[in-house]
Amino acid sequence: MIASEPQQRPSTADAPEPQATHPVVQMTGISVEFPGVKALDNVDFRLFPGEIHALMGENGAGKSTLIKALTGVNSLSGGSITVNGTSTRFNGPADAREHGISTVYQEVNLCTNLTVAENIMLGNEPRRFGGLDWRSMRRQATVFLKRMGLNIDPGSSLGSHSLAVQQLVAISRAMVVDAKVLILDEPTSSLDTDEVQQLFTVMRQLRQDGVAILFVSHFLDQIYAVSDRITILRNGKLVQERFTRELPQRELVSLMIAGTSDAQVGQAVARNTKEARAENAQPLLQAVGLGRKGAVQPFNLDLYAGEVIGMAGLLGSGRTELARLLYGADKADEGIIQLGGAKTKLRTPRQALGHKIAYTSEDRKGEGVVGDLSVAENIILGLQAARGWTRPLPATKASQIVDAYIKALGVRPANPNALLKNLSGGNQQKVLLARWLATAPKLLILDEPTRGIDIGAKTEIMNLVSELAEQGMSVVFISAELEEVLRLSDRIVVMRDHAKVAELPRTPDVDVPRLIEIIATGEETK
Amino acid sequence: MTRIYKHRLFWPLVALAALLLACTIKRPDILGITVLDGHLFGAPIDILRNSAPLLLVSLGMTLVIATRGIDLSVGATVAIAGAVALTFIASSDHPASVGTALGAIIVALGLCFILGCFNGMLVANFGIQPIIATLILMTAGRGVAMLITNGQITTVASAPFSTLASGFLLGLPVAAIIAYGVYLVVALLVRRTALGMLLEAVGINPEASRLAGVKSKTLVFTVYALCALLSGLAGLIFAANTMAADANNAGLFIELDAILAVVIGGTSLAGGKFNLSGTLVGVLIITTLSLTVTVLGISPLVTSLFKAIVVIAVTLMMSTRLRTMLAGLRERRRFQEVSA
Repeated sequence: MIASEPQQRPSTADAPEPQATHPVVQMTGISVEFPGVKALDNVDFRLFPGEIHALMGENGAGKSTLIKALTGVNSLSGGSITVNGTSTRFNGPADAREHGISTVYQEVNLCTNLTVAENIMLGNEPRRFGGLDWRSMRRQATVFLKRMGLNIDPGSSLGSHSLAVQQLVAISRAMVVDAKVLILDEPTSSLDTDEVQQLFTVMRQLRQDGVAILFVSHFLDQIYAVSDRITILRNGKLVQERFTRELPQRELVSLMIAGTSDAQVGQAVARNTKEARAENAQPLLQAVGLGRKGAVQPFNLDLYAGEVIGMAGLLGSGRTELARLLYGADKADEGIIQLGGAKTKLRTPRQALGHKIAYTSEDRKGEGVVGDLSVAENIILGLQAARGWTRPLPATKASQIVDAYIKALGVRPANPNALLKNLSGGNQQKVLLARWLATAPKLLILDEPTRGIDIGAKTEIMNLVSELAEQGMSVVFISAELEEVLRLSDRIVVMRDHAKVAELPRTPDVDVPRLIEIIATGEETK
Repeated sequence: MTRIYKHRLFWPLVALAALLLACTIKRPDILGITVLDGHLFGAPIDILRNSAPLLLVSLGMTLVIATRGIDLSVGATVAIAGAVALTFIASSDHPASVGTALGAIIVALGLCFILGCFNGMLVANFGIQPIIATLILMTAGRGVAMLITNGQITTVASAPFSTLASGFLLGLPVAAIIAYGVYLVVALLVRRTALGMLLEAVGINPEASRLAGVKSKTLVFTVYALCALLSGLAGLIFAANTMAADANNAGLFIELDAILAVVIGGTSLAGGKFNLSGTLVGVLIITTLSLTVTVLGISPLVTSLFKAIVVIAVTLMMSTRLRTMLAGLRERRRFQEVSA
C-alpha cells in the first residue's frame, strides 16, 4: 500500500503478528501539532516485548516527534497511548522512565562536568545514612559499563571522553532502571564500526531478556543487521509497518521517499573528477607545516578553487581538528597559512570569514544552531557578523536572501519566522548551509554535513556540493562514510592518529577497501 | 482576546494597572497632573522622575543578562559616580559654575566607563564567571567610593549640578528626560542596528555565534562597559538629588531591583532573547510600588513583604511552566473524563 491515497489510512491489521501477542506499547491515532506545523497526523504505532523495532523516515517525517509524544515531551492533539494494556499519558521523560520507558536521544544529553558514574546513576543514586553512597555508586556504575563492554574509570569526568563513549554511557544510564522499553534515537550516528557492533550485542542481549527496543538510525545496513520490524513514516503520516526480513532494502527506501523512482534512490550524482587543473594554477589556500599540539601533527595541504577535498578517517583521527585550524576556530601552534600566495593569519573565525572561508561544525546542536532565533536570523547571522553590528542588512535584502535559500535548499517548513529549534535535524543543517552560502565563501569546509540526516537530504547536500565546486568554490568535505567521500572528492586526504597519512587523487583504482587499508595501517600496501 | 491574554507583557501591565488602581481608590485625585510655574507636578510625574536611575541601570542590566551575564557591581558604580562628581565639585574653586558641574560629570562617567571595561575584560577576555567577576567590584567599589570621599558624606552646593535631579525642561523633570531619552536612544540602537540580534545569538549559543564569525568577546565587553556607563549616569542623578555623596547607601541594592525589573519584563536570566519594553514596565512597577506603599499607608515594617508578594504574583503569572501545569491539569481532567 502506497500512501498516494491519503484518505485511506494504512492499517497495521494486515501486518504479521510477532511472537508476543500483546504489545507493550500501543499508540493509536496519534496527532501532534506545533504552531504552523502538523508534525504527526493520525499515526498508529505498536511495540512488542522482545523485539527490535526500527522507526524509519526522512527528516521531518515525525520520528522524533513520535518518540516525544510517547514519552510525554510533546502533548497530543489527538489519539491515545496504551502501555501494558493501561491507557496512559506521561508527563515527561522522567515519568516515562519511572514506568519502564527509557530514552537515549539523538544528541547526547548528559552532564559533561559530572563523573561517568554520577551520570549513569543520576536519579537512582544509592544512598546510605541519608547521604550518597559513593563507593556503591561507582561499583554499580562499573557493572553497567562492563555490560556495554566499556572499560573506563567511573570516577573520570564525562567531558574527558569522546562523543562515542559518552553515547555508550548514555545507553548505560538508560539501562539502570529496569527498562521494559528502550528508545534509541540515532545512537549510532557518532559510533565507529566496532562500537556499533558492541551496541548491537547489547541490544540483542536485551531483546533476549524481553525488552522492547525502538531503534532509529539512518544507516540502512544497521537496520537490516539488527531490527525485526520496521515502521515507516513520511510527512507525519504512517506509511507501513513490515517485518524487516520481508522488506527489500530498495522498497524500504522508496517507501521513505515520496515521488522518487527506484533508479534514483540513494544514487547521488557521482562527480566527474575535474579535468587536470592548469599547470600554473595557484592554490587558493596553502597550509605549510600547520599543526597544534595534542590535536593535529604538522601537515601540508593545498586547496584549489573548484576542487573537492575529501577527508577520510575514523572518529578522533584529527579530521575535525585539521578543519578547525583551517578556519581559525582553534589557534595553530606552528606553521603558516597562505591565501592566494600571501601569508595570512587566521586566528579567529571572524578573520577566516573575512577571507571568505566558511565552516560548518560536526556538532550541529552545540556549535551551529542558534535555536531560539528564527530561521531567517540564523541564515543571515554569518553575513551580519561579517558586516559588523553597525551596518544591519537592509530588511528587504535580508528577506530576499532568506527566501532564496529556503527555496533553493528546500527548507521545511518554508517559514522564515519559525524558530530553528523547532525544525528537524536535516532542515537545521540546510539552514546552517544557507548561513554559509549567503556569505559567498571561496572555501567551504563541511564537517560531517550529512551526519544524522536522512538519505533524501544527504543526496541533496551532496549534489549541492558538486554544484558549488562546478561554480568554482573550493570545498573540504569531511565524512565518516567513505562512499560519500569517494563519490564527491577530487582528492582524498586520509587522517590517522592525529596526523595526515596520505593524500591521493581519486582514480578508478581508489576504492573503499583501499581507503580502509590506509586508515587501518597508515600506509598503502603497494 | 486570547491573543492579548498571551502577550508576554500582559501580566506585568495588569500588575502596574492594579497598583495604580489601588492608589486611585485610596486617593481619587492622585493621578492628576497640575501645572505650577510652567512645570508639571503630580504622582505620574513623580513616578517618571523617581524611576530615572533604576531605568538607566536596568537598561544596561538587560543587555548584560542577554549575553548570559549579570552585573552585580551597578550599585557600587552608582556610589562611585556620586562620590567622584561631588568630591570634584567640592575641591574645585568655583563649585557653583557650569564648567565645574560639566567637569564633574565627565570625570565621573569616564571613571565608571573604565570600571565597566574592567568588568568586561574579566568576563570577556579572561572568561571569569560574570557573577564572580562583578562581585569583585560590587564589594571593592564601595571601598573605592569611601576612599574618594574620605569616609565622609560629602555635601556640596552646586545649582547647575543639582539641575540633573530637580531641574525642569519643557515642563518635565530633567532626570526623567535624561533617562527616558537614553532609553529611547539605546532601544533604537539595539533594534535598528544588528546589535540586538547579535547579542541574542551570543546569549543563546556562544560557541555557535563565535564560529559564525560574531565578535562575541567585543560584544560582551561592550555591554559591561555600557552597563557601567549607564549606572554612572544613574549615580549622578542620585547624587544630584541629595547633593550628598554617601558611599555606603547610594544605590544600595539597586542591582537587585534592576535584576527584578529585567525578570518582571520577561527577559530570562539564562540569556538570549531580551525585551527592553518589558524592562521599562518592570521599572515602572517597582517605582510605583514605593508610591503605592506610601499612599496606602502600609507600615514600613511590612513594606518589603508587600513588595515581595507583588513580585511573586507577577513572576508566577508569567511563568510558562506554571501555565503549562495549569493547562496540563485541565487536559488531564478532560482525559480522565474521556477515559471514565
